[in-house]
Amino acid sequence: MITLDANEAVASVAYRSNEVIVLYPITPSSPMGEWCDEWSAHHKPNLWGDVPEITEMQSEGGAIGAVHGALQAGSLATTFTASQGLLLMIPNMYKIAGELTSFCMHVAARTVATHALSIFGDHSDVMACRQTGFALLCSNSVQEAHDFACIAQAATLRARVPFLHFFDGFRTSHEVSKIHLLEDDDLHELFDDQAIADHRRRALTPDRPVLRGTAQNPDTFFQAREACNLFYQRLPGIVQQAMDAFARRTGRSYRLFEYVGHPQAERVIVLMGSGAEMAEETAIHLNGQGEKVGVLKVRLYRPFSPRDFLAALPKSTKRLAVLDRTKEPGAVGEPLYLDVASVLLENSQSKDAAFALPPRVVGGRYGLSSKEFTPAMVKAVFDELKKDEPKNHFTIGIVDDMTHTSLPFDEDFSIEPNDMVRALFFGLGADGTVGANKNSIKIIGEETENHAQGYFVYDSKKSGATTISHLRFGPRPIRAPYLIHSANFVACHQFHFLEKFDILEHAAPGAVFLLNAPYAPEEVWDRLPREVQEQIVSKGLHLYAIDALKVAKEAGMGGRINTVMQTCFFAVSGVLPREEAIAQIKKAIEKTYGKKGDEIVRRNFAAVDQTLAHLHEIEVPRAATVTKSRPPLVAPAAPDFVQRVSAVMMAGKGDLLPVSAFPVDGTWPTGTAQWEKRTIADEVPIWDKKICIQCNKCAFVCPHAAIRAKVYEPSHLDKAPAEFPSLDYKAADFKGWKYTIQVAPQDCTGCNLCVMVCPAKDKANPKHKSINMTPLLPVLEREKERYGFFLDLPDPPLDRVAHVDVKTSQFALPMIEYSGACAGCGETPYLKLLTQLFGDRLLIANATGCSSIYGGNLPTTPYTTNAEGRGPAWSNSLFEDNAEFGLGLRLSVDNLSRQAAALLVQLAPQVGDELAREILALDHSHESAWPAQRRRVDLLRGKLAGLDSPKARRLELLADYLVPKSVWLIGGDGWAYDIGFGGLDHVLSLRRKINVLVLDTEVYSNTGGQASKSTPLGAAAKFASAGKDVHKKDLGLMAMSYGHVYVASVAFGAKDTHTVQAFQEAESYDGPSLIIAYSHCIAHGYDMRFGLEQQKLAVASGVWPLYRFDPRRARAGEPPLSIDVLPGKKSVEEYMRNEARFRMVEKIDAERFRRLAKSARNQSAQRVALYEQLSHISLPRETERPTVAAGNGQK
Amino acid sequence: MDLSTTYMGFKLDHPLIPGASPLVDNLENVKRLEDAGAPMIVMHSLFEEQIVNEELYFTHALEQGDSSTSEATNYFPWPSEFALGVDEYLEQIARIKLIVSVPVIASLNGTTEGGWLAYAGMIEQAGADGLELNIYDVAADPSETGEQVEARALRVIRAVRDSLSIPVAVKLSPFYSSMSHFAKEVDETGVEGLVLFNRFYQPDIDIEHLEVVRINLSSPADLLLRLRWLALLHGKVRASLACTGGVHSASDAIKAVMAGADAVQIVSALLQRGPSYLRTVREGMAHWLEEHGYESLAQMRGSMSLSRCADPKAYERANYMRVLQSVRPGVL
Repeated sequence: MITLDANEAVASVAYRSNEVIVLYPITPSSPMGEWCDEWSAHHKPNLWGDVPEITEMQSEGGAIGAVHGALQAGSLATTFTASQGLLLMIPNMYKIAGELTSFCMHVAARTVATHALSIFGDHSDVMACRQTGFALLCSNSVQEAHDFACIAQAATLRARVPFLHFFDGFRTSHEVSKIHLLEDDDLHELFDDQAIADHRRRALTPDRPVLRGTAQNPDTFFQAREACNLFYQRLPGIVQQAMDAFARRTGRSYRLFEYVGHPQAERVIVLMGSGAEMAEETAIHLNGQGEKVGVLKVRLYRPFSPRDFLAALPKSTKRLAVLDRTKEPGAVGEPLYLDVASVLLENSQSKDAAFALPPRVVGGRYGLSSKEFTPAMVKAVFDELKKDEPKNHFTIGIVDDMTHTSLPFDEDFSIEPNDMVRALFFGLGADGTVGANKNSIKIIGEETENHAQGYFVYDSKKSGATTISHLRFGPRPIRAPYLIHSANFVACHQFHFLEKFDILEHAAPGAVFLLNAPYAPEEVWDRLPREVQEQIVSKGLHLYAIDALKVAKEAGMGGRINTVMQTCFFAVSGVLPREEAIAQIKKAIEKTYGKKGDEIVRRNFAAVDQTLAHLHEIEVPRAATVTKSRPPLVAPAAPDFVQRVSAVMMAGKGDLLPVSAFPVDGTWPTGTAQWEKRTIADEVPIWDKKICIQCNKCAFVCPHAAIRAKVYEPSHLDKAPAEFPSLDYKAADFKGWKYTIQVAPQDCTGCNLCVMVCPAKDKANPKHKSINMTPLLPVLEREKERYGFFLDLPDPPLDRVAHVDVKTSQFALPMIEYSGACAGCGETPYLKLLTQLFGDRLLIANATGCSSIYGGNLPTTPYTTNAEGRGPAWSNSLFEDNAEFGLGLRLSVDNLSRQAAALLVQLAPQVGDELAREILALDHSHESAWPAQRRRVDLLRGKLAGLDSPKARRLELLADYLVPKSVWLIGGDGWAYDIGFGGLDHVLSLRRKINVLVLDTEVYSNTGGQASKSTPLGAAAKFASAGKDVHKKDLGLMAMSYGHVYVASVAFGAKDTHTVQAFQEAESYDGPSLIIAYSHCIAHGYDMRFGLEQQKLAVASGVWPLYRFDPRRARAGEPPLSIDVLPGKKSVEEYMRNEARFRMVEKIDAERFRRLAKSARNQSAQRVALYEQLSHISLPRETERPTVAAGNGQK
Repeated sequence: MDLSTTYMGFKLDHPLIPGASPLVDNLENVKRLEDAGAPMIVMHSLFEEQIVNEELYFTHALEQGDSSTSEATNYFPWPSEFALGVDEYLEQIARIKLIVSVPVIASLNGTTEGGWLAYAGMIEQAGADGLELNIYDVAADPSETGEQVEARALRVIRAVRDSLSIPVAVKLSPFYSSMSHFAKEVDETGVEGLVLFNRFYQPDIDIEHLEVVRINLSSPADLLLRLRWLALLHGKVRASLACTGGVHSASDAIKAVMAGADAVQIVSALLQRGPSYLRTVREGMAHWLEEHGYESLAQMRGSMSLSRCADPKAYERANYMRVLQSVRPGVL
């Protein structure tokens, strides 16, 4: 047996049983494609000895199109997807089904975005496909997902009806479980060679030409559409036969509808997916207590076989609850409910009625977006069925205090057996906790008789993210697809979590509590918050402590405490004898790192060996001894919504919030990240004013707006905290004012970029700069006070500065702050600059990706407002449609601006001709224009208030549109180069005044590093793991070809002045602009503190030319393209050698690396040469430029 | 003229060897060196720090984002199928072996007993004919005594010597309290060669940017220190001796052989003047020997060493005094 998750288990079958695999990444299905790509890169053969062809497409729509073609041409093909991706496939799915094509796709079922996006699991995507003609087969566990991948493939080959095999996203796709693996012989045995040959014979080929894809007319379409009926009628039988053959071969038996529970059950729950496993266990438990209940698991949902359904349902059934993991607003009920109700109704009206009195049916919704679904909830549903009038169309798992759909449930109800170890681990993403736990599961699952289960919960941040690992081990198979609510082992790998989370909430009485504490054993107890002490005492917990960081550092492991804590887990949990456990840990270390190097193995071994001497059981007093309580999560000054809602979510207790807590349409307040003080940095930058040259570069590069610059009048210092550092400001624009650089100590991620960029060194001690990383704890309180004072200082009036540049831009309020982006993120400095330049009139259309996640993933929102309450308005529509969505914003803003201008013209006599003229003739070439225009608009409002006319009322509503809005379309390269390119291209072609900012990380960063068309030649990425062998697409050159698009390629780490200039030019240009912004990224594979250095190398080597293409110059008779930094000082290879994404290729195949590096060098040189030539070309002047309808205030 | 010599057990046509340098990173240069008559190729050093850092850096780079978010449990293709570490070095050995017929000596540089030592074995497996182990130790730790430094170095040398069947030469620094004693102890480990000396890392300072910068090339002035210790050690150790550092001309090479060198490594001069300069030096050497009536190189080897002296102790002191006297005010 082997331990793996369902994505790998499914990919294992899909890879072996297909010839063409077409991919596009989407969570949570991406790992299936990643496995296939990995195996293909290592030339692993499929069942027939060939290496499957792997191709990544530009979207799921593209992927299914390619699959359709591959199938038509006679190959066995597959793809993997979820959610919006599946929705993009629907048009083609109709075609594939309509053409009766043998095909099985695999879906990790995920929520479809509605009021919000969610990456988590439910059936809303799959349910949107039930009309396509695909067979829908649902598996409920990791083992079933593996098995059904085979059964579905076998069935589709015989039946010719295409299959959508699905399982619950995350809960099944990412659950690690111990399963039996199907061997190649098993698959050979179960797949019908004749059916494969038939599939081949149906191929489109000029040797036997036929025609498909005709257009039919009213005379024939209907009949021809009905011609497939027999295939659907036969299908349930074929699937059952495949299941039966599978059972004969493997001993694992499945039914189309599988009933489990009491043979004379009176109350039955019908459902599908992972919840069915747990419902079965709960039913067994309840029957053991004398109840008569059962569960009917739906395996083959489409085609729905009434005969098999009725045959499976006990005749004793009186009440039936049908649970759907989806929501269809406005429907009579959710789909499975409607199916079951129809079947029972039809049957009751037929001559073969199965029931004298048909069971009463109710429907309910559960588990949307991976909402917990537990035995307590199943019991609540069974209990509801006992009532005379059970609630219909109920919800379970939430509190609906608005429409009162929810059923109450007893949170303390548990069916967990006593012989199972249940362990909870709280860690950080960066400390390796999850990796160590996956390792432990493998050790226990594969080296002992025990069964094992692992499930991992992450918070929504990319930096300082908290992870909670849920591990179960026991002698029997584990069918518990829900989180651990009663743990007999709890480990807290980060001491400061004790102040933030209720770590021991789920500790069972008498449990072991393992704590990583940076204190001597005798000190540990006194360091615990009172709440923690009380829980330890009242629950009788056994407390063990270790200073894991010390042990890890002594072993040369830096901050990676995973090996130390893993050793502790085995030492105190008793899952394995200590000696054996240590031997197994070392074996696992060898397996993981053996090939990577002896030094890492040696250091890990040292960590293991040194651990036990540092692990201590801490004596627990009879009562709590400290008075210090856990501090409140948010400051008392936080707004009501943050207190009531955001703070609860921050505490990890969002499940408790009732329906009424939420906005009805997904609208969410901005500026809430400021209340989430995460305090995740060990060291923060502290300013030494003596050395500072006042360049503001530290603030400019900060990804989290956590180090800021301000100028202010000296009188403000009267109320400053003691020794608040300040300097006389040097430049003329604020002469006589004071200047301060200040860190936000609780918001800084400790990325080091500010220190790296600081050019000011102490002459006596050059390693000391004007900004220096300093341990946080000793300065925390001081810096908190200083930062609070700093924030209260007024923002300087930027209309006083002659020109907004790198330095002065940093005196503007950053209106994206403290986001959850990675420490050292290369994208967010651009966004911060954007908000500093145009924030109070900024509309952002944000494509799905990293920027939409750190921009809009709850619990908190980083976009914020200025003192007047203005700031960026932000929305994420979809991944693929962002350009179109952003254009829509522009169209609407222009429309409203036009209306406002027209009304102003009409009302000019009443409000004053002069005022109207000034407003309409706005010249915003200088920063001072904006406050002046706002003052005029305020004046106008005052005048309008005195007018009694409908037009005045209309203009009041629209007056703010007389201050022009800045519309920006923001997204990553996955959007701009791939899935959204068609829309982006179209929008750029339209000459409308929109600005596009592409945060180019050259990879799908958010989904874990899959290749995009921006990925450079020579880089290894997922879906291109052997190293990409085609050049990066030149998006900028494509846009230049229109002639009317302003295009700039920028890299703030290489030349910050150029970045600022490009942003300003793009905004001032009266037409479409495109800025392609080099964004260093964690997916490039180097320490992010060197991000700016690497940007410099990218530019100096010619890999990333800095240029601006400005159509205005063409109109002036000058060459529109200007190359702003001449490359050639560094080699392309030097750039490539610094990044693991390139070096991986060298490690795998050094010859290929050399070839690709040479090609990259040539390509870079060619591109630079082309640009240089273009930069000398002047174009014939346009005599007349087409006019566009545009809003007010445009030149 | 018979310039032949034996070094590390290899019979060489002449003693002039291109020493460890980046020159051999390029295969074309390697070929040109052989064409210029190089009787042996010593590869660029693989540093302990390079091996360890490569492992640690790469692992960190690949793992830094692991398991931090639900969507991206990692950011790279699974690295299970390839080995980390500096394998390109091992491949370079094989590539050089393919194109040259002379012995290829790999060079490994380190001072601690860490995981990098495994590379010695891998180097042998990769086909190297010998290994030059560079004990390049900057004794910067104030808590470590001279004895401890030497004991650690000897453990490293033994570990490498004992794990290999190919010949091993040890490249030493001159900075030991008793160079003769330490050289004897190194000799007793059974190594086949001693290389005098590696160059102590002497960084320069960039006064504009307040940064430390490296300089790499030797000058003929570096030769004198080597000559003295070659002269002192010749005949007192079993291992063959190589001179490295400061050899820029035929006369420099002749001095080194007279002091007792079995082989003479040239680096900076080749980097400055190109591989073909090796031929120039060899021809110059042969010419000089012929001109001065030598029968062979062997006749000259060690002729100026201290072992050819009746009262070595007195000679050492006298030698020392003579050196001092040769320096007159105003000359330096």
